[in-house]
Amino acid sequence: MTEPSNMQATVQEITAALKDKPGALLPILHAIQDALGYVPAESVPSIAKALNLSRAEVHGVISFYHYFRDTPPGKHTIHLCRAESCQAMGGKQLEAHVKTRLGIDFHETTTDGKFSLEPVYCLGNCACSPAMQIDEEIFGRVSATRFDAAVKETEELA
Amino acid sequence: MSIKIYVPCDSSAISLGADRVAASIAKEAEKRSIDIQLIRNGSRGLFWLEPLVEVATEQGRLAYGPVQVTDIPSLFDAGFLQGLAHPLFLGLTEELDYLKNQQRLTFARIGKTDPVSLDDYIANDGYRGLSNALNQSQEDIVKAVTDSGLRGRGGAAFPTGIKWNTVLNTPSEQKYIICNADEGDSGTFSDRMVMEGDPFVLIEGMTIAGLAVGATQGYIYLRVEYPHAHKALNTAIEKAYKAGYLGDDIIGSGKAFHLEVRLGAGAYICGEETSLMESLEGKRGLVRFKPPLPAISGLFGKPTVVNNVISLASVPIILDKGGDYYRDFGMGRSRGTLPLQLAGNIKHAGLIELAFGMTLRELLYDFGGGSASGRPIKAVQVGGPLGAYLPESQFDTPLDYEAFAANWTVLGHGGIVVFDDTVNMAEMARYSMEFCAIESCGKCTPCRIGSTRGFEVIDEIIAGRELGKNISLLRDLCNTLLNGSLCALGGMTPYPVLSALNHFPEDFGIDEKANAV
Repeated sequence: MTEPSNMQATVQEITAALKDKPGALLPILHAIQDALGYVPAESVPSIAKALNLSRAEVHGVISFYHYFRDTPPGKHTIHLCRAESCQAMGGKQLEAHVKTRLGIDFHETTTDGKFSLEPVYCLGNCACSPAMQIDEEIFGRVSATRFDAAVKETEELA
Repeated sequence: MSIKIYVPCDSSAISLGADRVAASIAKEAEKRSIDIQLIRNGSRGLFWLEPLVEVATEQGRLAYGPVQVTDIPSLFDAGFLQGLAHPLFLGLTEELDYLKNQQRLTFARIGKTDPVSLDDYIANDGYRGLSNALNQSQEDIVKAVTDSGLRGRGGAAFPTGIKWNTVLNTPSEQKYIICNADEGDSGTFSDRMVMEGDPFVLIEGMTIAGLAVGATQGYIYLRVEYPHAHKALNTAIEKAYKAGYLGDDIIGSGKAFHLEVRLGAGAYICGEETSLMESLEGKRGLVRFKPPLPAISGLFGKPTVVNNVISLASVPIILDKGGDYYRDFGMGRSRGTLPLQLAGNIKHAGLIELAFGMTLRELLYDFGGGSASGRPIKAVQVGGPLGAYLPESQFDTPLDYEAFAANWTVLGHGGIVVFDDTVNMAEMARYSMEFCAIESCGKCTPCRIGSTRGFEVIDEIIAGRELGKNISLLRDLCNTLLNGSLCALGGMTPYPVLSALNHFPEDFGIDEKANAV
């Protein structure tokens, strides 16, 4: 994990670089999450100060958007699609398998810290349903077997 | 001379292994000391054949698919580089029925070219629309778009020319063009395919929009779930700046247009235009009251054009070939073409660009080949999560905005999700309410509270408790959502819910259809 002082330095650096963009808050939050994996609660005061916003306003934005998280994610994040097209191709059964295989529910991280599981509402891969994403890699026509293989491969890469 | 091989870089193709196939082809060619040029093209949109590998030959481009890494040695052995026979051989790509029977205007280049090659874009009729626009008055550009009959392809089908005209006629020192690339509807992927497969056409369309209304800054609001599109857009924008197609002096015209991609953060509601603008301004994506219209007071309070990806990507061909050319396609008040997206439980899922007018049935069976599972198709959801479910009795509806509206259904963005007879429509109705609850921005009460009450009452119905009372409660609730919500999220969630209830009452435990209405 990032040391607290490094974390603050990263936040300050990102905020200083982006704060003059029109509508800078989302670009700043994205850059922080890209760098740290999440948007730590400790970063809120410095973002608020740089943008002349209240801490409540910054917190409100972070909590509004599903993508931003305020806790560190697992080493890999799995986004599993729950939307209609994937449901039409067995998405619900896949969802049950994924949760059993990982031993966690949505918005949770495995105890070994390897995987976080998040729902997603459409990856635009509806012609190849069901779909999921592991980090930035996208998978189509995911069966239970294909899911297990992808997880195993991701673990081995680590 | 090296042989040109095409392997798509479209993310759906990648999701089926296209990157590995491309790497494996390069390795095999090296091993055999064969000189090849590997081009990562966009997808042709025939996803059951992806990864679709094409080889350029004297007869034209020949297709092989679906190719897996394990097929590569045998493809080389069979002489696929010379276009010779192999079990995966499909013939000339352009002669495949699925492609040949389409009318590709907006998607004319997609699958043919290297998406991020500006040279390729220009060699294939790119930037002809812009050069025409640069020689026209602002009024004439807007007139061409109005004459084309183009209506917003994001779903609302508002005439694009009228929107542009309002922004043109609203004086302001600063105006904006926003591309709504927050394609969050399940069953839709045409925006993604354009951004990944032909990003320059979107850049050109936005530049023309900027010239037309006098806007010098554009934003593409892209959903974060599309990392490949993000990369392609940024690469193309950088190249367009370098070549003088973006910047302070667009190809020597003295006119300026700047463009930047901004990422959303997983909020479905930000596909609603006023919520999108709030988000671009750095706020929570709360829906705004209308009026004022964004065309008069939009982003940062300035006149703003907000158009969907497909609308903007259709502008270059309109300016190139004229409004009349585009208008000659289609039926009734639905002019031009619509890139339809066949998804879900369908044998031949893919992108089908057609003039308006074909029936849903033709699309499902002639193009789609029926369900993927081989079971009967029970219901089809058209127009995304806020679109109605259509039963078999409505499959003869022509693909036309007004024909769909007359059925209390929604053509929307042209996304079509197919379900076979294993689906339980009460479960789908429950999901629609649950989705609305998850994604509601919370500003108006009907949507914020009604959605949660909605799935609670459907749970009661599924459990078979007090059916008569709970069904009428659900209908009453839907009525409140329909009439009392601030935007389409709450206002249209009743479409899937009530259509499921009306057409499939047996799934709700009601015996007679008469009871349902």
